[in-house]
Order: sequence, then C-alpha cells, then structure tokens
Amino acid sequence: MAHDKSKSASLLIKGGRVIDPSARLDALMDVFLRDGRVAEVAAPNKIRSAADKTFDARGLIVAPGFIDLHVHLREPGQSYKESVATGTAAAAAGGFTSVCCMPNTSPVVDSPEWVAWIQQPERGAVVNVFPIAAATHASKGAVLTDFGALQRAGAVAVSDDGRPILNDIIMRDTLRAASGLNLPVIQHAEDTRMTENCSMNEGPTSFRLGLRGMKTAAEASVVERDIQLAQQFTGARLHVAHLSTADALKAVRRGKRGKARVSCEVTPHHFSLTDADVGDYNTNFKMNPPLRSSADREAILVALADGTIDAIATDHAPHATHEKIVEFERALFGITGLETALGLAITRLHRDHKIPLARIVELFTAGPARVVDLRGKGTLARGSHADVTIFDPRKRWNFEAAKSRSKSHNSPFDGWQLTGKVVATIVSGKIVYRAD
Amino acid sequence: MFGLKPLRSMNNAARGSLLGIEQLDAKQILSLLTLARRMNPLKPRPLLRGKRVLLLFYEASTRTRSSFEIAAKSLGAMTTLVLSSGSSIEKGESLLDTGYTLRAVGADVMVIRHPNAGAPLLMATHLDIPVINAGDGMHEHPTQALLDAYTILRHKKTLKGLQMAIVGDIFHSRVARSAIHLLSKFGAHITLCGPPEFLPEVAASLAPDLHISRTVEDAVRGADAIMVLRVQRERLAGTKLRLQDYISRYQMTLARLKLAKRDAIVMHPGPIIRGLEITWEVADCPQSVIVEEVHNGVPVRMAILAKALGKAT
Repeated sequence: MAHDKSKSASLLIKGGRVIDPSARLDALMDVFLRDGRVAEVAAPNKIRSAADKTFDARGLIVAPGFIDLHVHLREPGQSYKESVATGTAAAAAGGFTSVCCMPNTSPVVDSPEWVAWIQQPERGAVVNVFPIAAATHASKGAVLTDFGALQRAGAVAVSDDGRPILNDIIMRDTLRAASGLNLPVIQHAEDTRMTENCSMNEGPTSFRLGLRGMKTAAEASVVERDIQLAQQFTGARLHVAHLSTADALKAVRRGKRGKARVSCEVTPHHFSLTDADVGDYNTNFKMNPPLRSSADREAILVALADGTIDAIATDHAPHATHEKIVEFERALFGITGLETALGLAITRLHRDHKIPLARIVELFTAGPARVVDLRGKGTLARGSHADVTIFDPRKRWNFEAAKSRSKSHNSPFDGWQLTGKVVATIVSGKIVYRAD
Repeated sequence: MFGLKPLRSMNNAARGSLLGIEQLDAKQILSLLTLARRMNPLKPRPLLRGKRVLLLFYEASTRTRSSFEIAAKSLGAMTTLVLSSGSSIEKGESLLDTGYTLRAVGADVMVIRHPNAGAPLLMATHLDIPVINAGDGMHEHPTQALLDAYTILRHKKTLKGLQMAIVGDIFHSRVARSAIHLLSKFGAHITLCGPPEFLPEVAASLAPDLHISRTVEDAVRGADAIMVLRVQRERLAGTKLRLQDYISRYQMTLARLKLAKRDAIVMHPGPIIRGLEITWEVADCPQSVIVEEVHNGVPVRMAILAKALGKAT
C-alpha cells in the first residue's frame, strides 16, 4: 500500500491524552511509532528513543486509528460517485485509518480477482482498505460465492449489502459456509417484500408527505430470523449492518444473551436524526435503512451507552448530484458520512447524552476491530499497526459538504456546527491527514 | 447550536406558487375563495392577456386539465399542454430539465400533475416562475381542496364547526390530505372513515382534532357534508379486503345518507365509480354536488392563476 515506503520513519506523539479502550487506558501518555508499528506507549517524557519527528498532542486525544465497517467506495464501475482514492481521502479526513468497503459495485465484487483489484496500489488508497465480498454471485441471492478463495484474497467478511439474503436456505448455507472459515456474514436486514416502493420510514411524516413508508418489522423480522439461523452453527458469526430500529435491537439483545455470535453497527445519522427531519422531501435525508422515529433513536442511544452496539459505521454512500436532485421517490438511497462521523458522535453522544469519550473511541476502534477480526488494529498495544487518530474533542467547526474530500456532496449535515474534530490521521506511522 | 439548514423548503419556492394547502394560512385561503367569487368564465376578463400557461401532465386527467385550460383561456392567457407520453420525458429527460426547457420556451406559469409526491415543489425551488400543483402522488391536490371549500360555502354559511365525513381510500388520496388541511384550518369537525388498509391510525396525526371511525353509519350521522373518495379495484386487490365487503360496509347509499343532516351535501372529487364507493342513486340525488364541484373548478382555478401571476384585483 501507499504508506509502505515511510516505514523506516519514526514518530513521537507527545503530551496527548491516550484513550485506548482495548487496554482500558485513559491517561496522559506519549506514543512512539517506529517501522509502521506501535513501539511504545509510556508516561509523559519517559520515552528515551530518538524520533525522526515529534507531534505535539497537548490538549488532544490520541486514539487507535478508527475503523469504519461500512463504506461504499464505488469502485469498480461507479467512479463518477467516488473512487478508492477519493473515498479513502475522505476517510482520512474523518479520522478513519481503515475502511471496509461493500461489494455492491458494478460489477459486484464476488470474485477473488475483484477483491485483489480493490487492494492494488494503483487504486491510490490513503488508508487501509479491507474489502467485503459478495456472499452470492452478483448478489443475486441464489448461488454462494467461494468464501475460502475470497478470504485468501483479502475479504474480511461476506455480505450482499443492499440486496438482503431473504431466502432461508441460502442464508443458512451462507452462515454454515462462513462459520467454517470464521468469516463474519454481514446482513443488510430488510425484508424487501415489505418495503416495495417505500422511500422513507412509516410514520406521521411519511403520511403527511404522501410517501409509502417502510415498517420497522421489515428490519426486525430479518434480524430475528438471522439470529435463529446463526445459532444453528457453531462458530457462525452474524453482523447486523446499520441497525435502525428498537425492535431489531431487542432481537440482538436476545441473541447476545442466548450466546449467538451476533454483533451490530449503527450509523451517525441514525443516532442524530429522525424521520421528521426529512422535512419537505429533502433527498439528502433519504437513505436505507431510513431515518426512524424518535423512539427508535432513543433506543439506539441507550444501546450505544450500554454496550449492546459494537460499532459506529458510517454507511458512507456517495451519489452524484443528478441522482439526488430529483423527485424524492426516484432519488437514490444513501448519504456521505466519513467526515462527519466523529463530530456527530462527540456532539450527539458525548455532549448531549453524556456517553464517555472512552466508549465512543471503543465504538470506532476495538469494537469494529473485533467484528471483522482486524489483528493489530483498533489498539495501541505494543507491536500493533501504527494507525493512530488524533482529535480535539472540544473544537467547534462547521461542516461544508462542498469542501468534502469525497467526490459527492450528498450530506444532510451540510452547514452543521459540530463539536469534535480530527486533527491528524496516521496510517502505518505516516501522517495521511492533518487539519489546517 | 445545531443549525438545521432547510435545504429545500417551501420558503425557497418561486413566488406565487401553490404547492399545497398545508403551508397556507386561513387568510390566504379566504382571499383566494373571495377572488374566485368574482371570476366568471362566461364573462371573460383579459387579466392574463399575453401570458403563457404551461400545463405539464405526467398523469391522466379529465377534470383538472380541462378546467385549468378553460380557466386560463377565460383570462385571456395562452395554454400549452405537454403530456409525458409523446414528449422528451419518454426519452428519459429529467423533471428539472423538462422544467428548464418549458421555462425557456416562454412559460409564465406552470401547472403540473405528477405521480411522485413533492415533484411540484422540486420544480418550484429550481424555476423562477410560479408552479401550481395540480396533484402530486399521494401528497396534495390543493386546487381541488379550494374548489371543494368554495362549493361547501355555496351551501353552508361557514366551515367553522362543520360536521364533515370523509369516507373511502384516504391513504392513497391527495384530495383527502388537502381537504383535511384546509377544513381543519377553519375549525371543521372532521371524521375519517374507512378500513385500516385505506385509513391507517397514523392519519389522525395529519391535523389537530381528527377522528377516525371504522363504521360508516357513525361517520355520517349528523354530518353537514360527506366526501366520498374513489376506491380503485387494483388497490383492493393488494389487501385482505374483498370488494363485496367494502361495498357492503362503506358504500354511500341512500339509507346511509339519511343518517346525515337533512340538508347534508354529498361530494366526490371524481372520477366516480358508480356501484362501488357510491350508488347511482346517491350520485344523482338532489343532495349531490358532484357536478357542481367540477363546475366550480373553473372560477377557482381562474383565481389561482390570476393570483399566481400577481393579477389578482
């Protein structure tokens, strides 16, 4: 990858407050990075080794590099929306040192060749990219892909994101095949038979706007079924993508109590907004799963605090202007999210709902690293990858979608004032983003 | 702290647009109704001489289309009709590009009917000419609500305290949404009636003081006005409800009409399906104002067009 050449350099991050939930660490510490690894984390001014460079992190938080389990980099085939290069540049600006990209591209990433292609240096990635491969050929939900070959090529999970696996037998076979390889199966939980022609959540706003609404049961019923199926196979790992409803959370809680290996992620927009924010057909508030009721949002806030939710993932879904400035029902689902995730988490979760910073960092680091088994990531333990995110939890700033590093600007948060900003993003010991 | 910027709100719509009843206040509605009373298609007034009224219809229409056309011509305007079939829309032209094109050929006001909710708003926030919503998906049909209010007020003194029953497929009905917004702004007592498939409980959230009834007899008892809505057979097909059950439970019959006030009026936005939501006898009875509604559509739309172009006198 692009950062390999800098491995020889060393970097000392001095004076910051290190929060590393994987080690239950929250203290003023210095961090020494050398040869692409974390060489030492020690009390202030205790590191003796000479560093090529020093980073003054006083007043800042130094955390393991953030991991986003759910992004759409749009390559191959849809580079007018985004590319690996632009999407990872946006990731770096958002503090993410690793992203897992979804396979619903054109063509669908369902072969080892495409999994390898995404990871080639020619793509110009500035952060680590971990492909998620399709679970079925062309994500048509009929014939399983070769999970072993995909995993050897670098896939960290399988998913038919956007085209949920509804057929019970195919989902059972997927979980069984993946369990033998210890490979997580990521499901976009939506019973599409219940959501045909729907463009937002079902509720007072959809009724007022005359839009067909998605029922929360369309998500919860699939989550419930998947958990039941996952429990049938020892070692089967189910990960619920962008969970959005209180009912699905209940199912995940039951599953976790029942010892199913189930994990889940939520997006910043689902903990920040509700369906009422769609207002008068604003297509930058149209995504799938849709923004839900305030009761669903409250349940998500509780689950973020109590540990039920494993990770915050952005579901960064860039779309071109001509795909969004159209009739609401015709607009494509999805919004960008990489550059606003941390600011929303600190503003909404920490400032408004008093969730500790250490828990927020966990949701961006150790949590997602566990979900897809990223060894040596999501932690600052000695010897782990020198991926570090440095941020200012008090800095107020305005997000301007037009200045985003993403190729697309379809964000509902354009013009929002956020608290909490990324100051520097370090991948394999090299600074790949630094705030002006 | 959190400044939510309204990216595309009604406030950004081109001046003079009529996009829905929801955003209007009672005063604005009354001024349109007052203006409509001064309009008479039999006595043309050249208020809009030289103006070009563009009628852009993405859906079939008999009443709305013809009455807009006659209204525009009665005010001396020229009209041009563009249908989605036979135009570049068939070739995949986007809504906004069609709008920019029609603006460029010289449209002064655009009347649009579209199957997607919010389409007239999208047009109005990108064009610099007034846009009039002639029905958008299941959202609103504001000109129908205005002509309905105009019709009611020809028979009743006031909308305040009016006992109004709306019966039928309310979920799919833009007419119902606009009527509910309008009547509730004037303090009418509105009872909505239909099976859950056509009338979900959430409908009660649309406006304050709405009542839901599943029994048509209860809904029409003591009513001053009854609005019957069309029921499409194909929509019944998607539900557990059988056509015969709907007819037996909700059809407007003379026996049910007798439960209403003696001088109650029966309304229907059309097209009516005789024998389904309404019997032949009710549709043609002396209390029926269904044809009058269509008739009133012309002066009301004359007023709307004149107002849109700032020629209201």
